[in-house]
Amino acid sequence: MHRLILIPCLLAVAVSAGSALAQKKGRPSPQAVDKLVEDGFKTAAPDWKVRLVQDETQKACTASRNEPAEAGAAAIRRREKATIKYPEDGNLLGDWKKGEALAQSGYGWRYTDYPPRQANGGNCYACHQLDKKELSYGTLGPSLAEYGKIRKFAEPAVKFVYEHIYNPQASQPCGNMPRFGTSGFLTMDQIKDIVAYVMSPDSPVNK
Amino acid sequence: MSLKPILATLLVALLAAVVSLPARAQDDATTERELERYRQMLKDDPWSNPGLLDADKGEALWKEKRGPKSASLEGCDLGKGPGVVDGAFAELPRYFKDTDRVMDAETRIVWCMETLQGFPRAEILKRPVSKANQQGTELEALATFVASKSRGAKFNAPVAHAKEREALALGEAAFYRRQGPMDFSCATCHGDAGRRIRLQPLPYFAKPEEAKKVVGEWPAYRVSQGTVMTMQHRLADCFWQMRLPLVDYASDLTVALTSYLVSQAKGGEITAPSIKR
Ligand code: HEC
Ligand code: HEC
Repeated sequence: MHRLILIPCLLAVAVSAGSALAQKKGRPSPQAVDKLVEDGFKTAAPDWKVRLVQDETQKACTASRNEPAEAGAAAIRRREKATIKYPEDGNLLGDWKKGEALAQSGYGWRYTDYPPRQANGGNCYACHQLDKKELSYGTLGPSLAEYGKIRKFAEPAVKFVYEHIYNPQASQPCGNMPRFGTSGFLTMDQIKDIVAYVMSPDSPVNK
Repeated sequence: MSLKPILATLLVALLAAVVSLPARAQDDATTERELERYRQMLKDDPWSNPGLLDADKGEALWKEKRGPKSASLEGCDLGKGPGVVDGAFAELPRYFKDTDRVMDAETRIVWCMETLQGFPRAEILKRPVSKANQQGTELEALATFVASKSRGAKFNAPVAHAKEREALALGEAAFYRRQGPMDFSCATCHGDAGRRIRLQPLPYFAKPEEAKKVVGEWPAYRVSQGTVMTMQHRLADCFWQMRLPLVDYASDLTVALTSYLVSQAKGGEITAPSIKR
């Protein structure tokens, strides 16, 4: 009786060990880490604790330390791409001046940001160089200086930037850039404004 | 009254002047060079370090009979036996039999305040760390004192007990766990060499040379905040940037992360309290 139950269990373990969620030798189980994290925020309010729970993509990226095997990477691309929503009129370019302010601002969703005093910001400068006159930029992501100009302001590049801000994991599974649109952190209009900041010929990014 | 507080005040004013220049107009290389210059100044005259005022305050608190039990912390066992403070910080976090838990310096100090002095835990944890430009807390002063008593020693936390090994492995795994609305893990910002957020250089903790350079600097006097910041507080600040809730002070999570950081920094010198931006 016990053996009969054990065999499918072992099979399940073997199968999941072969998947992208394979647990590296000597590493604690994901459940043990989940519990450690959960217990580290005992005093947090329930609507905040949900932030500790991982979605499928976060789980896969954690398990593979951001290097998912090809099948896992394809699954992430597919899943994340499906979350991208586009403006009905097809226009992806907003107001670059508003986009500039959003690229500078790191405001939003920290526990000191409630009740909200301003709109969330994309914080692009935390990780990217954009306007070369802005010297305070981070280097977690590649430089985006003259990004539009280099790509001749071409339409596919505009679309790529829109999609990349909305959900970078649609093309870069387990990349380090946040999924700003999918998480709801930035609105579609805000994303359009930032796209214009990166892609429009008038923007200082392309001077 | 000695010259110490005056020197410290002067240094704070100088540092504040450097740091309060509009960051955006400043070249990052210049910022780094200036901070490096002040670090050198501290090396030449260690007494000008404002963090040492907190260490002094902590020492006085350590020795004072306080709490419902009117006891000092001099009987506190930081791992090397009751009353031994010298060198104890270098061997923390470690497993403690009396609590059956791995504890770092701050967690252990809380426990000693609870058990030896009789302070209710809730009261101790009401305001464990200070906000910018607030008066420093007792815990900050005590942690700074304890760390300062290992200045010059090298990190050598034990990993003999099963729970110590477990904390280390869990801390490492937690370091790589992605979560929250930004999908951040600690490794997002600290997972590669030579990266920065805006102008702030981000240590790459997987690389022991980098861990050794910075982990032993905490608790550190933060120029931008005007107070000492402990490691528990530093981690809480990073969780804040990750858009996660306020992490529980002295939780197993923050202790496990500290075990990981300290293990990466093994052999690195303790220079706390140091000066940070
Ligand atoms: C936490 C750091 C971070 C933030 C914040 C961030 N990015 Fe990124 N970004 C990255 C990283 C890392 C990459 C490379 C990996 C990838 O493509 O996801 C990247 C890649 C990109 C690319 C693709 C570049 C190319 O052609 O290869 C674009 C475009 C981009 N980011 C735009 C933005 C914009 C616009 C913002 C602000 C809304 C932003 N990023 C905010 C980290 C960040
Ligand atoms: C969004 C980016 C980000 C994330 C994610 C992040 N940190 Fe940090 N961390 C920073 C910044 C910025 C600093 C300050 C660097 C400076 O002042 O030069 C810092 C500083 C630190 C320091 C002190 C470094 C020093 O120079 O002495 C430690 C230790 C640390 N972080 C640990 C962690 C841990 C552990 C996690 C995960 C719980 C984490 N960080 C997550 C951005 C981040």
